[in-house]
Amino acid sequence: MRVARALLAPTACRAWAAAIAAVLLAAAVLPARAATEVRDDRGKVIRFASPPRRIVSVLPSLTETVAALGGVDRLVGTDRYSDWPETVRALPKVGGGIDPNLEAIVALKPDCVLIAPSARVSRRLEQLGLRVVALEPKTHADVRRVTRVVGTLLGSPSTQRLLADMDRGLAAAAARVPARVRGLRAYVEVDQTPYAASSGSFLGETLARLGLANIVPASMGPFPHLNPEFVVAANPAIILMAGGSAAELSARPGWKRIDAVRAGRVRVFDRQEGDVLVRPGPRLAEAAALLADALAVLAP
Amino acid sequence: MNARLPALLALLTVTLGLLGLCLGATGWSWPWQAGTDPVILWELRMPRTAGAWLAGGLLGLTGAIAQGLFRNPLADPYLLGSASGASLGVAAVLAVGGTAGAEAMAAGSWLIRLGLTGAAFLGAIGAVLLTLVLAQGLAHTLRLLLAGVIVGVVLGAMTSLLGLAVPAIAPALQAFMVGSTGLLGWTSVALLAAVLVTGLAVSIVLGPWLDALSLGEETAASLGLPVGMLRAALLAVLALGTGTVVAQAGLVAFVGLAAPHAVRAVARLTHRPLLVASSLMGGVLLLAADLLSRWLLAPQELPVGILTSCLGGGYLLWWMRRQSRGAGAA
Repeated sequence: MRVARALLAPTACRAWAAAIAAVLLAAAVLPARAATEVRDDRGKVIRFASPPRRIVSVLPSLTETVAALGGVDRLVGTDRYSDWPETVRALPKVGGGIDPNLEAIVALKPDCVLIAPSARVSRRLEQLGLRVVALEPKTHADVRRVTRVVGTLLGSPSTQRLLADMDRGLAAAAARVPARVRGLRAYVEVDQTPYAASSGSFLGETLARLGLANIVPASMGPFPHLNPEFVVAANPAIILMAGGSAAELSARPGWKRIDAVRAGRVRVFDRQEGDVLVRPGPRLAEAAALLADALAVLAP
Repeated sequence: MNARLPALLALLTVTLGLLGLCLGATGWSWPWQAGTDPVILWELRMPRTAGAWLAGGLLGLTGAIAQGLFRNPLADPYLLGSASGASLGVAAVLAVGGTAGAEAMAAGSWLIRLGLTGAAFLGAIGAVLLTLVLAQGLAHTLRLLLAGVIVGVVLGAMTSLLGLAVPAIAPALQAFMVGSTGLLGWTSVALLAAVLVTGLAVSIVLGPWLDALSLGEETAASLGLPVGMLRAALLAVLALGTGTVVAQAGLVAFVGLAAPHAVRAVARLTHRPLLVASSLMGGVLLLAADLLSRWLLAPQELPVGILTSCLGGGYLLWWMRRQSRGAGAA
């Protein structure tokens, strides 16, 4: 009885109220902080007690996604090919996607490693107790999905804004493409032997979004190795090349007669521009703008 | 037998050559049919068909020379490090071009173009010379082969390193490694033809000496032959022929190894006719592979080097089994 009275005393009541409030508050706040949970491209669910603070990214497009979502300060290391934004160039390099340096990654003590699902190093990293999130954007849809996953991972408030910016940028670039270029058939070359980017590739998708037709259908796979005769016979009106040179192109047997070569509608992108065009990441709108500018110049 | 083999090879060459003119990116069509673009026929299909035959001919010839010179039926024109030297040369030019940017490349495009061909050629010759230096000359065949393997491995590693350091060149380098006959034009055809004619001329003159060599080097020397000079001349043909093919069509595997075997399987010949027949056989083999590479996935291309590896490897396996069965019976 005395116990009950003590428990119901005014001071005790206040203490109870404070305790209950604390529990309710914790219940409301903690799940958001405690259970960051993402599903990666291997179908694996990775849980984080709190959003990662030390991230190593071993794929340029993932580095760019982290940076675009405001997480560039959380990057502590990248692969050697990651070069955007400028600040990541100064970060420790942990090898490349094909030859990542396990020890260099471990030495950085990351709480999260972002890597392509094909990387064999993932298993070793996980055996060593590191959290690995394997993601590989290949298409426009992938870019959106990966942006959401990385956004969740970072607890970033700007995911929706970034996605909206990408859409707006794409639409703006598409609107800038001159009407006489729309529907023209383009050939996009990623290597001189010749390998093409089909309409099923990331670059091909961007081009399609700008209203251009591709002489290489998606059914041939993203980057088919073509019989050069196919290109000459298809006679594209526009040629876009990542690397190589227009002079080399017209020196190929029979290529001089292709409409695009005859009319000089050939644009060669340099390596940095090429990176923007082919990396399936947050600079998608920038890639579209680059293409739109090129098309505005090449318009017949 | 002597007349039948060249006749058969000539017939195959003509047949496959005509098929080559009928097989385009969209499938089979008679060249005179309406809808076949004359430019495609003259500027693409013809030089490509002729170029594939000539490149195969050079590989067959150099393969037969290598096997005679080293008295080893497994010798290959890519022995002595020539293939890896050529790859390294190509990788170096690509790496320089890749880092210079498109504008610089456009300005110096003739240089880059000449560069790829020239670099492959110089790389092949350089690697052969390096092998010769490491082997301390031509005197010991085994030492020469070992030095060739070592040079091949080391230069191959350097090529891989360049590929990793400049990732942009990786696809181009890979395309080079699997060979391609798709972009052979009339210039390439003229070059390949000139080298093949020269190589055949030298081989016809020096063929009998390879017969003498097959009796052993001392016997050859005791016959009063200038062994060192003759060997150097044949090595020059070997390096020149391999370098030219690699520069024009990339690394095409197994043709040089398989062509002389295919000839020996149907006829026992002295070196003079063997060299000529191996050359014809090589031409037929690579032309057939080129047709398959155009046809199997059209309008996509299966890299011709991958086809020659599979077909040549399969053939040699069959040959090996037959040999061992023959040995068992005897």
